[in-house]
Amino acid sequence: MPESKPVLMQGNEACAVGAIHAGVRFYAGYPITPSTEVAEQMAVRLPDVGGVFIQMEDEIAGMAAVIGASIGGMRAITATSGPGFSLKQENFGYAIMAEIPCVVVNVQRMGPSTGVPTAPAQGDMMQARWGTHGDHPVIAFSPASVYETYYLTIAAVNLSQKLRQPVLIMLDEVIGHMREKVTIPETGKLMVEKSSSNVPSDWKPYDEKGLTPLVPFGFGHYYHVTGLFHDQYGFPTGDPPQVERALDRIHNKLKKYRDEIMFTNYIGHKEPRVAIVAYGCTVRSARAVVKKAYWQNRLPVGLLSLQTVWPFPDKEIEALAEQVDVIIVPEMNMGQIVGEVERYARGKAEVVPLNRYDGEMINPDQISEEVGRWLS
Amino acid sequence: MANRQEILLTGAGGQGLILASIVLANAAVNDNKNVVQTQSYGPEARGGASMSGVIIDIDTIEYPKVTTPTVLLCMNQASFNKYMPKVKPDCTIIIDSTFVSGSYSDEYKVQAFPITRAAREQLGKEVVANMLALGVINAATGLVDREIFRDSIYKMAPKGSGELNQEAFDLGYRLYEEGTGQDIGVSAQTPQ
Repeated sequence: MPESKPVLMQGNEACAVGAIHAGVRFYAGYPITPSTEVAEQMAVRLPDVGGVFIQMEDEIAGMAAVIGASIGGMRAITATSGPGFSLKQENFGYAIMAEIPCVVVNVQRMGPSTGVPTAPAQGDMMQARWGTHGDHPVIAFSPASVYETYYLTIAAVNLSQKLRQPVLIMLDEVIGHMREKVTIPETGKLMVEKSSSNVPSDWKPYDEKGLTPLVPFGFGHYYHVTGLFHDQYGFPTGDPPQVERALDRIHNKLKKYRDEIMFTNYIGHKEPRVAIVAYGCTVRSARAVVKKAYWQNRLPVGLLSLQTVWPFPDKEIEALAEQVDVIIVPEMNMGQIVGEVERYARGKAEVVPLNRYDGEMINPDQISEEVGRWLS
Repeated sequence: MANRQEILLTGAGGQGLILASIVLANAAVNDNKNVVQTQSYGPEARGGASMSGVIIDIDTIEYPKVTTPTVLLCMNQASFNKYMPKVKPDCTIIIDSTFVSGSYSDEYKVQAFPITRAAREQLGKEVVANMLALGVINAATGLVDREIFRDSIYKMAPKGSGELNQEAFDLGYRLYEEGTGQDIGVSAQTPQ
């Protein structure tokens, strides 16, 4: 098969292309820097593939329209940044509760509030986890390159369909706006989760026995959709055993399919003493450090990059902490994921935050300095 | 050409520098090189400071931001004042003498060309000054194969303006070949 030709592509564009390749045919949202190019690209590309693009009156409506489209049988996505992400939280929680597949992209910028619109940050990582209320499960990916953005968007769409679970893509301004050389595979080579056409006759929308495929409205099954706790037919209930079962149900599907959700990658020394744990654009700076420290100088340094940030890669961190003296966690915030790393390191390794929050990217020198301090 | 080239294009918002960096990055991809393009700008569409960086390397590129420029383009006075002191003496510095004047230490290699004026007077369109600047840069550094660069410009230009943009690129080559003029408004000074 002929190889596809390499092209120059922007992170946000790769997100739009990935979504369309994964079968997304609906976009609704409200443009905001630095996520606007996702909307722009969807507006250009969706009509060509028979899709629908709507610019809504605000981010709340964008999220609502995506949920509506999804339950109507279309794969749907929306993109935003910090301020819009805050607005989407309520409906996002609704989609988790009602188990409606969708993908929400947050291209993170410097906050709080309107912050610095064109500056990068990683300040929404905890909002991704706990932004919407209640004890909910969350899947969130954090790409570190244009190509990762492309394939994680496809993975997000697939997983959201398969698990009937909304998925977040936590980009940042650096990766979203950066352009680099990528080779996009031809569409025929992709694994795309198929919608189920043969549904059992006793299909229930929220079957107590476990995960059931979503049957869109208008395809012969009548059911109720609500944000209230519901029974297996979707009707509201306050019955304690049913409430407990329903909450277990939405959490257990993530546990059961952990292997398909969890993407992490380790590079570096086989027996590292100093490890870096990074996600998003910070991975690139960390990789530059490992390249020099390990590949060139054979120092006992390694990098665990987290493409999946939520659910948190607990076992991976536990295993890493067993091996190393120290884990350095560079983040473009005042320290968010470092708390999780500390929790799962369980005191087996020192956990050191490395933070930058001036609207600039953490550079390799900063990480290198910290690594050097622990090696000497 | 060294393995790694870091190019910084600086000026005011509206001069087309981010677009120029995308065109350059595209040409580099077509020339089979690894490339990363980034930008930094304020909330304004015009005015304000604009800076974009392109890294071209044969190795994979990790940290995407330009740290030690090997090529610096300054299209206005503010950017010249800001970035010129930050680069190393062996950096190739190209300035648009239409807007930039001043003095600099003579250990630097500064080459001045009337980029915007040439676009306005010889091509009748100031908007192609960015492509003209790319012509000057490529003539000075040989970053990308000239023909591949010209093709990339043609493919990326809006319909009907491919030739004009290529002409601007070629005019950049001519300006470079004619050399830095006398009346360029900048002068080298031996550091005290």
